[in-house]
Amino acid sequence: MRSMRAAYVLSGVLLLSACGGIQPWVKPYERDRLADPIMVWDRDATSTEYIDHVYESREGSRGGTGSAGGGCGCN
Amino acid sequence: MQMTRAHRLLVPLAVLAALLARTVGADVLPDDRADLFYSKYSGGGMDITGESVSARKKFTENFALDYSYFVDKVSGASVDVLSQASVIKDERKQNSVTATFVHDKTTYTLSFSNSIERDYVSNTPHASLSQDMFGDLTTITLGFGRTRDKVGENDGTAFVPNVVWLGHAESRSYELGLSQILTRNWITSLEFNVITDDGYLANPYRSIRYLDPTAAKGYSLGSQIYPDTRTSTAVELRTKYYLPYRAAASLSYRYYRDTWAVVGNTFEFDYTQPIKNLWILEGRFRYYQQTHASFYSDLFPYVAAQNYEARDKDLAASNNYTIGAKATYAFLPEGWKMFKRGTATLDISEIRFKYLDFRDIKDFNDTPAGGSYAPGDEPLYHFNAIIYQVYMSMFF
Repeated sequence: MRSMRAAYVLSGVLLLSACGGIQPWVKPYERDRLADPIMVWDRDATSTEYIDHVYESREGSRGGTGSAGGGCGCN
Repeated sequence: MQMTRAHRLLVPLAVLAALLARTVGADVLPDDRADLFYSKYSGGGMDITGESVSARKKFTENFALDYSYFVDKVSGASVDVLSQASVIKDERKQNSVTATFVHDKTTYTLSFSNSIERDYVSNTPHASLSQDMFGDLTTITLGFGRTRDKVGENDGTAFVPNVVWLGHAESRSYELGLSQILTRNWITSLEFNVITDDGYLANPYRSIRYLDPTAAKGYSLGSQIYPDTRTSTAVELRTKYYLPYRAAASLSYRYYRDTWAVVGNTFEFDYTQPIKNLWILEGRFRYYQQTHASFYSDLFPYVAAQNYEARDKDLAASNNYTIGAKATYAFLPEGWKMFKRGTATLDISEIRFKYLDFRDIKDFNDTPAGGSYAPGDEPLYHFNAIIYQVYMSMFF
């Protein structure tokens, strides 16, 4: 129930933002630093997927971090 | 019930994503790439080596295919399996194919992954849609995946296997992501993920133990009994900042809870420091803690003491922290022939696991010296794991 409320609040904020006609405050020519490879979230997908699988096979938590691959990892 | 909630969540946001779409420029696919990957995990009685090849190829400016093959080789077994005196030797092979199609400000992704072990088969089709909006400052991603698992148990030995198939499990994953550029130096993202499971969810290699005055050790082992459904919710907030001297720092926090009463908190800090255009050095610290599942116990008072019973250490109250370092070297920074650049990476991490209500019964209840612990008084289990990753990437 809480998560539903949160989603509707988020939807509302997005709608209001659209109605207000918000202009992009970071122009395309100001994004050189964000385009630097060091600012990429997951530069190496294979490594990220592997390490997520290591954690998911040994912890009770899962999800929220993208795909962690399949399999059991249960031995 | 939970699946219905997830649907209710995603439908209005999908409509919003479509409504708010802007058409300023178009998304582009990343460079073609090929990777060779090797990993080694050692810890807790297990040695696992992983090898992978993967490649991504753009066929047009709008369409790309990714393929990856991964093989894990496991030897040894973790403490809860060792306590049953069985040693495992196994192999897992995973094939994944992903198709990515870009149209204007929208990226569509379809993937299929197949993972095969001697005693476990898993297939996952997955689809996602990403939409850039607000002058490309905001990206919303919606995803859905459905995993079907076939679960078995090897009743034979590591070398003469005899697999008995125990059942099936099905899992559905609903994902919602929001990525936001905040300033010219600062980005952040929020990911929300609901996963529902149905079917055979227990780990057949792990056992419960219960007090048994007739047994020599004072306890006996029995089969785990899990609920056949589970629903989990995970929310992760990540933020990354570009520092004034060309370096990056990122923080993330994930909150997790599920219907088995496991509540987890994950914190991570990463620091990235490039040196000229030749090296990228990274440091990483991660901390994780969780509560135990409602039906978990290290030692049950008697056999069939409750409807559901587990002694899988993954469901025990525990914490762990990771310290990692990674170095990437660009060995073709100016390119060569068809290659734009190449990189070689070494990544070393240490994870220290500590369990708060899972006891080490392997060597502590039957020592040759005659000293033994009463059931439930054994030392709490802990172990360290070292993970090496070495890989080479070519971009073209």
